[in-house]
Amino acid sequence: MSEADATGERRSASEKSDFKRELTEVVPHLRAFARGLCGRPDVADDLVQETLLKAWAAQERFEPGTSMRAWTFVILRNAYLTDMRRNRFRGEYDEGVAERILTAPAGQEEPIHLSDLHRALLTLPAERREALLLVGAGGFSYEEAAAICGCAVGTIKSRVGRARAALSEMLSSGAIPRRSSDDDVAHRAILEELDTVASGNGVSSRG
Amino acid sequence: MAAQHNQGGAHGGGDDGAPRRPPEWADGLKQLYDSVVEEALPDNFKDLLDRLDSIPPAPSSDGPDSRG
Repeated sequence: MSEADATGERRSASEKSDFKRELTEVVPHLRAFARGLCGRPDVADDLVQETLLKAWAAQERFEPGTSMRAWTFVILRNAYLTDMRRNRFRGEYDEGVAERILTAPAGQEEPIHLSDLHRALLTLPAERREALLLVGAGGFSYEEAAAICGCAVGTIKSRVGRARAALSEMLSSGAIPRRSSDDDVAHRAILEELDTVASGNGVSSRG
Repeated sequence: MAAQHNQGGAHGGGDDGAPRRPPEWADGLKQLYDSVVEEALPDNFKDLLDRLDSIPPAPSSDGPDSRG
């Protein structure tokens, strides 16, 4: 195992504390990403905690100077996909989520209910949902999102475009699942795509 | 699938004139995200972060090189 030398170098105390600080700083972003992915705040937070522990354990693989947010999003994403395949999130969408957040800016003609938006978001195939979250909410570039998802930039662009189109359509037609039973249907669709997503990228733990 | 039910539109359905403007919900997506980012961190996260220091990182392969 001669690779061990390359990847297994020890970090200095200051690098370790930098890591800890950076990790701490991205927690709110991890929570936001996770909530967008799985809907329920408590489940999302569990996912983030799992992510933090994994990131901590893998900290020597983090390259100082690179994006902690992107690095931890990869970990979160993988944990999410794993949990999804175990059906952990199935039917767990909480209708109350996002209701309280909603406020359309004054002057906007047609207020979009964030709860509708979130619900619609959850009906998207996982790959499109995450792409849209990364680019449209998290502010990642297409390139960064592609790196996080382990796919080509063009693929991310296409996923974002499709996600946007689907959301626009759902929101304008009102064809949004209203209840968790509908959401269950959505989740089934998502689950069907998961194998594709999970097998389509080689980002398991980035050695 | 009769999913194209245009029910419950806040305004009359004839919203002409804006076929391809940026979706109105684009900002909502950011709002959803930012609202979570801005939430106060729950205590259990603070606890976990405090605890991390006592959890040794996994050796990346097999190198118990114990130099501080």
